[in-house]
Amino acid sequence: MEFMFSEDQRLLQETVRDFLAGECPVEFVRGQWETETGRSPEFWSKLAEIGIPGLLVPEEYGGLGMSEIDAVLVFVEVGRAALAEPVVPTAAVAAPLIRESGNTALAERWLPPIAAGEALVAVAQPTSPLVPEAHVADLLILRAEDGLHAVPRDAVRLTAQPSNDPSQRLFTVDWKPRNEDRIASGAQADRLELAALDRGALACAAQQIGTCERLIAMSVDYTSQRRQFGVPIGSFQAVKHHLANLKVALEYARSHVERAAHSVAHDVPCRSVDVSMAKISAGEAALQAAEVSLQVHGALGYTWEQDLHVWMRRAWTLDLAWGETAWHRARLAGALFDEERPAESFGFTPRVG
Amino acid sequence: MDLSYTPEQEAFRKEARAWLEANVPKERLPSFDTREGFDAHCAWEKKLHAGGFAMVPWPVEYGGRGADLLEWLIFEEEYYRAGAPGRVNQNGIFLLGPTIMEVGTPEQKARFLPKMASSEEVWAQGWSEPNAGSDMANIQATAIRDGDDYVLNGQKTWASRGAFAHWLFGMFRSDPESTRHRGLTFILVPLDTPGITVRPIEKLNHKKAFAEIFFDDARVPVRYQLGEEGKGWDVAMATAGFERGLMLRSPARFQDTARRLVDLYRKTVASGQPVAPGLRDTVARCWMDAEAYALNTYQTVSRLLAGGKIGAESSLNKIFWSELDVRMHETALKLLGHRAELLPGAPAAGDVGEWLDGYIFALAGPIYAGTNEIQRNIIAERILGMPRK
Repeated sequence: MEFMFSEDQRLLQETVRDFLAGECPVEFVRGQWETETGRSPEFWSKLAEIGIPGLLVPEEYGGLGMSEIDAVLVFVEVGRAALAEPVVPTAAVAAPLIRESGNTALAERWLPPIAAGEALVAVAQPTSPLVPEAHVADLLILRAEDGLHAVPRDAVRLTAQPSNDPSQRLFTVDWKPRNEDRIASGAQADRLELAALDRGALACAAQQIGTCERLIAMSVDYTSQRRQFGVPIGSFQAVKHHLANLKVALEYARSHVERAAHSVAHDVPCRSVDVSMAKISAGEAALQAAEVSLQVHGALGYTWEQDLHVWMRRAWTLDLAWGETAWHRARLAGALFDEERPAESFGFTPRVG
Repeated sequence: MDLSYTPEQEAFRKEARAWLEANVPKERLPSFDTREGFDAHCAWEKKLHAGGFAMVPWPVEYGGRGADLLEWLIFEEEYYRAGAPGRVNQNGIFLLGPTIMEVGTPEQKARFLPKMASSEEVWAQGWSEPNAGSDMANIQATAIRDGDDYVLNGQKTWASRGAFAHWLFGMFRSDPESTRHRGLTFILVPLDTPGITVRPIEKLNHKKAFAEIFFDDARVPVRYQLGEEGKGWDVAMATAGFERGLMLRSPARFQDTARRLVDLYRKTVASGQPVAPGLRDTVARCWMDAEAYALNTYQTVSRLLAGGKIGAESSLNKIFWSELDVRMHETALKLLGHRAELLPGAPAAGDVGEWLDGYIFALAGPIYAGTNEIQRNIIAERILGMPRK
């Protein structure tokens, strides 16, 4: 029992943090809002240079061959930087899905270009008809009645669905399943789809942790500088207690997220419940941080010019991605109340007795 | 990251489980806030001690088992799983004990720890005074040196089980010219010392174990001073850190409550009794938060075993468990519907369990061990770095 990250894992996190602080400042994020696709192939190449798209791609396909336990800290940094390039669908979901499909031809065709930063993949979420970043994807992983399909972009028709978060582009997809695109059917398709959902939700939850941390940091900075009644407003207990509450929510959500990373990496029986708890708690921490941060920034935070809403909108967006809070709450409650035996508590190991 | 137990840890769990199953009283003991219950709980502690399980993480020479904190967590899980009695000497064994281990002299360790481990001596804490509650540095009780003694005067209050305890620990102003947190000395006081009057206070639960304690020229030998003279504040901070941080409220306690709550929800729904629709979600949330507290504690213990320390983040724990405990109990009362107000003996009560009693106890959580408002100030100032003024 050692519930902590290794020095190497922390080092990777710091490396990514420093990289994003330099290459993905808020000016870059806001600049992308104005471009036609919202996405930057140049920036994606830089991400590929430090290995991010290939984090979960096995080494024999040119990736880093890491696990979700390594990757979860990277996604915290993605959230901190409000980086909205399609790292979740491509790196966190599609790469392991292709690896686990057992389809060697598919893996040989797609994993090397994913790791090299030369291919983007969009993935349909079982919980929503909206597919983010489908317009820049080379491949779409879509679900049909007969199974999962890996479909080239030119075989689908996309309809843009403008989103409240200018950092993302959403689409609905019209397509006809073709036998030659099917990569899994029956129980295998269900299994892959569930694993994809859990991986996507985990990566979002980690980003929500980073988003929450950033919002707290911005609010502490602002309330320590802004003076009213002759003192910094952060010296008032009403403001302190708001931010202390965020810190409590953040730290307990973090424990769930780090445990869920372990559960996904080791594919434990309670994996899905653990992921739902991570997504619920991190999502709520981030949403609460968005509201409280806006409140303590006062009218200034209510302007388009102030950067606060970059992260506020990320908090809103991430809450809806890969299963909104209500969906995960329903899944958790189902595991507790509708199964013959409720889910097992951590530590109370069932192996004894 | 490794979330599995070693074969040795599994074996220890099995051993603890077997012992507890064989020895935990079948009938629930009377409340340790009554004389009869206090004595019954002390007898249970002696049994636990004889079985070698009273103080799992303490060194063997002081009546412990020499185990590490992970084994302590395992033991706590088994303890709550077995429905074993509350720890009557919790202020001693979980708060003062670790502090003596850290700052006590070898003589003090040998004198106090073994009798604490066996609960032959039960401890009360004397933190609060009438004018020193949240403002703990405003202590007015004095300890003036006179030869080899301190002469104590003043008043302490809100001492849990102070009516029955044998010893008290607390801070006294040893430098009468001092103010605030300077000039305080941490002193261990036998409650049968002449000049000490213990007056019980009836608590919200209708029991009289709580006490205020008056000192009227009570003489205590200087060898009962813990840590240096005038450095009592630092000693107290270490104790408070344990209290909020780790030992006082282990996660198993809340996971156990959460599982009973899930069970109550399932039974209530199965009985056909109407249940407010939001409660399904609230119960799930309670269970999830109890899990979060357990996960977070395992992370803290992993960090401690790797050489880390507990600091101001213990304030996060204290807020989290105390507010979770209130929420779990109030949710249970909602599930009990009209029976929620009935005492367990009432003919119409049925299987209401201990939820009402638990609720009234839980309501004290956000107040004792430093109010949650004080904890939020600590988080804002010491963890987030917000301005004091």
